[in-house]
Amino acid sequence: MRIVVPIKQVPDLVEELELLPEGTDLDRDLLTFKLNEYDDHAVEEALCLKEAAGAEVVVVGLDEPEIDQSLYTALAKGADRAVKLTGDLEGWIDTHRRVAALASWLASEPFDLVLVGVQAVDDLDGQVPALLGARLGVPHVSVVTRVEPSGDGAALVHQEYSGGLAAELEVRLPAVVGVQAARQAPRYASITRVRQAMQEGSIEEVAATGADEAAGLRVRRLFAPEASGHAEMLEGNVGEVAERILELLRTRGLLKA
Amino acid sequence: MANDVLVVVEEQDGTVTDATRELLGAGRALSGELGGEVLALRLGPGSLAEQLAGADRVLHVEHPALEPYNPEAWEVTVAEVAKERGARVVLMATTTVGMDLGPAVAARLGAPVVCYVVGAAVDGGQLVATAKIYGGKLLAEVEVPGEAAVLVAIGGSFAPASGGSVPEVEPVPAPAALDGLRTAVRQRIEPDRSDVDITAADLLVAVGRGIGDRDNLELVQELADALGAPLASSRPLVDQGWMPKSRQVGKSGLKVKPKAYLMFGISGAPEHIEGMRDAELIVACNTDPNAPIFEVAHFGTTADLFDLVPALVERVG
Ligand SMILES: Cc1cc2nc3c(=O)[nH]c(=O)nc-3n(C[C@H](O)[C@H](O)[C@H](O)COP(=O)(O)OP(=O)(O)OC[C@H]3O[C@@H](n4cnc5c(N)ncnc54)[C@H](O)[C@@H]3O)c2cc1C
Ligand SMILES: Nc1ncnc2c1ncn2[C@@H]1O[C@H](COP(=O)(O)O)[C@@H](O)[C@H]1O
Repeated sequence: MRIVVPIKQVPDLVEELELLPEGTDLDRDLLTFKLNEYDDHAVEEALCLKEAAGAEVVVVGLDEPEIDQSLYTALAKGADRAVKLTGDLEGWIDTHRRVAALASWLASEPFDLVLVGVQAVDDLDGQVPALLGARLGVPHVSVVTRVEPSGDGAALVHQEYSGGLAAELEVRLPAVVGVQAARQAPRYASITRVRQAMQEGSIEEVAATGADEAAGLRVRRLFAPEASGHAEMLEGNVGEVAERILELLRTRGLLKA
Repeated sequence: MANDVLVVVEEQDGTVTDATRELLGAGRALSGELGGEVLALRLGPGSLAEQLAGADRVLHVEHPALEPYNPEAWEVTVAEVAKERGARVVLMATTTVGMDLGPAVAARLGAPVVCYVVGAAVDGGQLVATAKIYGGKLLAEVEVPGEAAVLVAIGGSFAPASGGSVPEVEPVPAPAALDGLRTAVRQRIEPDRSDVDITAADLLVAVGRGIGDRDNLELVQELADALGAPLASSRPLVDQGWMPKSRQVGKSGLKVKPKAYLMFGISGAPEHIEGMRDAELIVACNTDPNAPIFEVAHFGTTADLFDLVPALVERVG
């Protein structure tokens, strides 16, 4: 079985997000990027599959900020190959362009499964799993928490719905799966292992093609949600804030004492 | 080319979801500007027409592959109906269905798609959508050109359709492609109901990734115990294996509506908000003054949870 895991860097949302003067994109120079958390789960699920049933795991990323670190980390965790798609990829690349680049590379890479993160926080025009599946002409299932091979040429996946409901689906391979969470918490790679992977210098670079198809959306402006519904902020020291909170509960009869 | 708005209907146990009724509301407003009809697209047994007031017509497709939900079957059907009718806008909710189908149907129609939509309008003949990005920290206003578009809307963003009579039902034949699917539903998996029922509590203490470490959970558990409230959490703690799934609040967890919801170290991503926005009192503790949760909470504090929680425990005794 051959599993491809596309991974992506996203801005760390704990940091302040500053807009460029035009107001249609973030000031990317000020951002810290980190691996999209769902991609960490997709890598984990791929490695679990490899351990349980044997598989070759290939991670692939577009040449976006700090992607090398994440590709090396995936190698350190046990991925077999890491590929970086390079080219003119400055700024905010919309999902359609990303998918076009990934799809044209995948056309020359046979695969049984593509495990992508269920979504990334930074895009507007939809989620990669469905676009990629539609584009490659293979079935896709998103919001998945477990993937297992089932007999020949198929996989069993758990898809989640609201209210804690889920279903087990059987999908014929090749297929694209959007991973919400791996069957277990993503593993860590020690710094020593990541350094070792770096020294082995094993990222393959491939020129991206096809990344010129745009989503067809035009961003008028980005803006912070208006403060209309903003919470009343509790002022004072921690003791005073604690008192206020307990008072709120007391007046609603929710404090026993 | 028609100017119709096509709404993909979702139901649970025979009841049309609130999100669907909101899409019908959004559809009514859009069709007022576009001049077409609002078509509710129901896939599965029973048209549910009596619950779909707000639609001008229910397009009803029945086929064994459509129930229970099968992503491939729904994708083929929604795309075919949208194409055949020349729908101007296809509306879906940000559920598993919307995430599976929205971008895929758009790809099949060659149309643009916007996800996490919280607003939509027609401005000088141009469809304009507003969507949440960066986990709700920012909104984007985007022009959506073209002859068709798919919008995937967040629950709670539009007023539900109100009033109106039971729409007429138009049976639509199932696409032939439903007989050769590569995806099959093997079994439904019910949630584990052996744990406490967080949906039944008047008071909930909820914790998120701000807790940092599994060992620190003891701290908030102590507060929850002192208040006699169950401990709930955001999704990442469940995915880490730190909290049971039965305690997860949100889109893919449980919807709660307690009298008070005290939250510590939760950012307020749209998926979490979906599960708790109807709590009567929401008090949020988050060190980031720009955390989106403060748009939803009634009271907030930027105190550090590692200071505030012990201070609360001390005072509750
Ligand atoms: C299909 C889908 C379904 C999902 N379903 C759900 C769901 O059901 N429920 C859910 O919760 N999520 C769900 N998510 C995930 C959701 O998108 C967010 O990733 C998640 O809600 C974030 O959890 P969080 O707020 O705990 O973590 P983060 O977003 O990481 O936020 C942590 C917060 O803690 C604050 N903080 C840090 N340290 C401190 C401190 N010392 N004191 C106070 N505050 C501190 C930070 O400022 C930050 O705002 C879903 C995602 C997808 C794609
Ligand atoms: N530039 C990219 N390079 C590699 N993988 C990507 C890229 N963009 C998106 N992906 C994959 O698609 C998933 C969903 O992203 P998105 O649909 O953009 O929200 C991510 O979690 C990645 O697995």
